[in-house]
Amino acid sequence: MLSALSEMFSYAFLTRAVVVGLLVSLCAALLGVSLVLKRYSMIGDGLSHVGFGSLAIATAMHAAPLAVSIPIVILAAFLLLRISASSKIKGDAAIALLSTSSLAIGVVVISLTTGMNTDVCNYLFGSILAMNRTDVYLSVGLAVVVLALFALFYNKILAVTFDETFARATGVPAGAYNMLIAMLTALTITLGMRMMGALLISSLIVFPALTSMRLCKSFKSVTICAAVASSVCFFLGVVGSYLYATPTGASVVLVNIALFAIFWGVSMYQTRRRAAA
Amino acid sequence: MAEPLIRCRDVSFAYDGVIALRGVSFDVNAGDSLCVVGENGSGKSTLMTLLLRLKSPQSGSIEFDGALRADEVGYLPQQTAAQKDFPASVREVVLSGRLSSRQWQPFYTRADRAMAERNMDRLGILDLANRCYRELSGGQQQRALLARALCATKTLLLLDEPVAGLDPLATSDLYELIDSIRADGVTIIMVSHDVQSVIKHATSILHLRVEPLFFGGADEYAASAIGSRFLAGKEGEGHYA
Repeated sequence: MLSALSEMFSYAFLTRAVVVGLLVSLCAALLGVSLVLKRYSMIGDGLSHVGFGSLAIATAMHAAPLAVSIPIVILAAFLLLRISASSKIKGDAAIALLSTSSLAIGVVVISLTTGMNTDVCNYLFGSILAMNRTDVYLSVGLAVVVLALFALFYNKILAVTFDETFARATGVPAGAYNMLIAMLTALTITLGMRMMGALLISSLIVFPALTSMRLCKSFKSVTICAAVASSVCFFLGVVGSYLYATPTGASVVLVNIALFAIFWGVSMYQTRRRAAA
Repeated sequence: MAEPLIRCRDVSFAYDGVIALRGVSFDVNAGDSLCVVGENGSGKSTLMTLLLRLKSPQSGSIEFDGALRADEVGYLPQQTAAQKDFPASVREVVLSGRLSSRQWQPFYTRADRAMAERNMDRLGILDLANRCYRELSGGQQQRALLARALCATKTLLLLDEPVAGLDPLATSDLYELIDSIRADGVTIIMVSHDVQSVIKHATSILHLRVEPLFFGGADEYAASAIGSRFLAGKEGEGHYA
């Protein structure tokens, strides 16, 4: 096992992928706690589809993928919040609208230019080979920003997540915090989606939060537990995908499912025992 | 007599051209307990939004006594479905009431924690401080939210349907708590469907049906034609049929 690990980390691209992946998982888990509780779980899914569309456009224009997709996805995140706030179109419908539109645009752009090839498949399901040096720097930067903002605004994020009306009524600029969370989510997703895949990246947002909510009883413990669970699952997923030559994104999701099942089982057991007592 | 805490003059508000409130005027003095009653869609919640300064009236004015800043108002909102299963401890929820006074400081001080502790004690939920909010009963959750509101204010408390969904015992407990909070000098404005019990706990009543139908003392309301009709549950036949 140890020799397999040291062999694995002798590949520079794998080390890069693990570094980026761990940082992205950590950020996604922190943001995910707030998103899941605010009933915005699908925002990650919607944004990753927008990411797919923008990657397709970037490929067609022969531009750097991140330079094109980061601004587009951030714009989409702002748009999603605006649409949901106006309540003419409900949040879930707005996300469905945006994600299918960008998927359609992406597919048409691809078929008109390069045609369906392995690149496209990698965008959809992820590839461990996609991470270069810039991604490592970007993800370290992102992680520092997300962690710092999360620590500084932790109490405000809790208040806005729990009760936006109360927060607004007592003078907390709730809209600004929603925007901040949406923007960081957009960044996290664009960085992570080429490794995890556009179709799978939202699992990093949803699973750790839901898993830790099975057992944890305070916001602080949910947050910490989600961050730890997310990092551990990612690491095990990558090692698993290396050992069994399975796709990275899907392997990480499988580990997340397993952990969710374990936490769920324990919480069921606890409830039953309390009911019996 | 001292200046009123809130002076509401001829206030009107419309959503997309549909009038929700028209020509509402009333005063709230320090130490009052004003109860806003009326049927669904009578503009009660709209009035609440205006009093919370989340929106401004399209005409008319709401003047607050100079000493009352927006971040000094305590608010007990109606619970959303998302809150009922929220994984936060009671202490975390109550502490979040101190946020408005934190401004840009990121962390709570010892004084904030002490205040949260005092308010939990005052509402009899100190022993629940480390319990998870979603595991509490409806009445306990309301107490936690009330403790949070008290952390935000010393002067004015706005309550939106505080007893909605509570059983009779929890309801009367909560009314007693609200009375004791008023006895400590906090002015109360409450929106409620529950006219029969509210009238025993209010000093003045504002009855809305888009326009104000009655504003005055609680005793006068019970004696008035509209008040006695509403109290007997005969107001707005369609709603009760």
